Amino acid sequence: MWAFVFKRTLIALSVALTISVLCFSLLQLSGDLALSIGGPEATAEQVEQIRVDYGLDRPVIQQFTSWLWGAVQLDFGRSYYYQSDVMDLVVERLPVTMTLGVMSLAIALFVSIPLGVVAALKRGSWIDRVAMAIAVTGQAMPNFWFGLTLIIVFAVKLQWFPAAGSDSWQGFVLPAIALGYYATPAMMRLTRSGMLEVLEADYIRTARAKGLRTGTVIFKHALRNAVIPVVALAAVELGFMLGGSVVIETVFSLRGLGQLAWNAISRNDYPVVQAIVLIIALFYIVLTLLADILNAILDPRLRAR
Amino acid sequence: MANILSPQVAAEQHLVTNWQSRLFRSTLNNRSLALGLMIITSLGIIALLAPWLAPHDPYLQNTANRMVPPFWHETGSWTHPLGTDRLGRDYLSRLIYGTRISLFIGIVVALISGLIGTTLGVLAGYFGGRVDAVVSYLLTTRLAMPVVLVALAMASLIGGSMLTVTLLLGLLLWDRFAVVARSATLQLRDAEYVQAARALGCPLPYILLREVLPNIAGALIVVATLEVANAILLEATLSFLGMGVQPPLPSWGLMIAEGKAYMFFQPWVITIPGSALFVLVLAINLLGDGLRDLSAPGGRNE
Repeated sequence: MWAFVFKRTLIALSVALTISVLCFSLLQLSGDLALSIGGPEATAEQVEQIRVDYGLDRPVIQQFTSWLWGAVQLDFGRSYYYQSDVMDLVVERLPVTMTLGVMSLAIALFVSIPLGVVAALKRGSWIDRVAMAIAVTGQAMPNFWFGLTLIIVFAVKLQWFPAAGSDSWQGFVLPAIALGYYATPAMMRLTRSGMLEVLEADYIRTARAKGLRTGTVIFKHALRNAVIPVVALAAVELGFMLGGSVVIETVFSLRGLGQLAWNAISRNDYPVVQAIVLIIALFYIVLTLLADILNAILDPRLRAR
Repeated sequence: MANILSPQVAAEQHLVTNWQSRLFRSTLNNRSLALGLMIITSLGIIALLAPWLAPHDPYLQNTANRMVPPFWHETGSWTHPLGTDRLGRDYLSRLIYGTRISLFIGIVVALISGLIGTTLGVLAGYFGGRVDAVVSYLLTTRLAMPVVLVALAMASLIGGSMLTVTLLLGLLLWDRFAVVARSATLQLRDAEYVQAARALGCPLPYILLREVLPNIAGALIVVATLEVANAILLEATLSFLGMGVQPPLPSWGLMIAEGKAYMFFQPWVITIPGSALFVLVLAINLLGDGLRDLSAPGGRNE
């Protein structure tokens, strides 16, 4: 077990390092940084001064190691646009994105698991078809458009929820639905196929033959096993949602990480872009690592791989 | 995703021929496949015949005729069946030309990413060992990158355009191809006909291209359809955020972005291009699901 955890952690660390190299190259690719910091009116001397101030006159390798050393200590440098520490900006915006991500995941789980279980139990029934329809439409719905439609219907026409803003929990409902609906199909399909597979297993037949009540068989024996891969997928989906928040937060004007990233991209504020890409990638890496380890604890057969 | 193709089917030597004959027989029985195919064919024809089908020039501005509502509104007219946008351009004509953009980007992205992913996956599955380790590492790294964010950042660096979006998405969306090609190749590696080809001394490219590739093609086509849908949605997203296809091209995502300011009073400006996008992606997904059911006779047990 520990060997498995150690190996996986090592891979996760090296992937994180590769991603950080890629993020750093993003900054290098963005052209002459001193020129973009200085703006169009800066004189040649001012640009030269900026180059020295920001340490841009040093060799690339040296710039990378000092950036990486900073990143390890959660210091991502200064934002060109806001003129404040990138990490302060991120810390200020993180709660909104986290709330959005967790709420979306909760919505996706509450819809997908019961629906997937019922669809598997009543295979071929109308409820199975409804579940399939939800899955198919969910995958085809552009989430920014779905978000805009939710705003028109529930914020403007019915006025149930605010169209924008993250001051109260009500502001999170519509964006969480828009983001959660996108993650629902995959999780529902996995619950359904997992349940179908488990229900045919010998131990379920044994449990039924022992005369256990159907409810006990389904919830204590079948669901517990069917849900393992769904939990792992949920962790991965949470990582995707943090990445997808850039679209939804822009649509709903939520002051989260995604909106910060979007503003930074449109203002060429690369230290911020770089930090957010790295942070979201790290979240994903940590979440998948945890999912891997959780899976290995629940299903010892996986450790051998 | 990994067991998209059941081992028994993948190991079958005549997978492709079987698969094709089964395609004809089952298409009629498989409603979602038939429906998907029908919609895609119609949209494909619309895209090809756009210059003849569009009632107006999609780029022609007419400031006297701005924001004319579609025909079902009281003030709508049949001169502009789906109305006009904020610059007075005919919405139906823009929608028709937009079909071209979505389909082109979807297909080209799937070709580029399919080439990258299949190459990596086949090599990893065939050689195993170190090659597999390197490919798995690339795959893990790629999966850790948030696609929308990376594509946005890169597009803003290079400058958003149709070409940029196509190339960026092509370089980013190869992951599923690699996963499926790898596991399908792994099952074929020790098949008798592959061993026979190796024993006969066939050159490696011959074995991979003539023995392995045709036998994993069924699974790859399923991935390709789903990836076309994925690429179309991502292009729309990037264009919506202003980093994708640039004005005045009539990308559906861009049309939604341009209509956003008017959506509270004239919801149809975003409903029309959004529905078009939804129908196209839905049709492609139905086709993909139908094809998957064909290649996995066990049914929908992903």
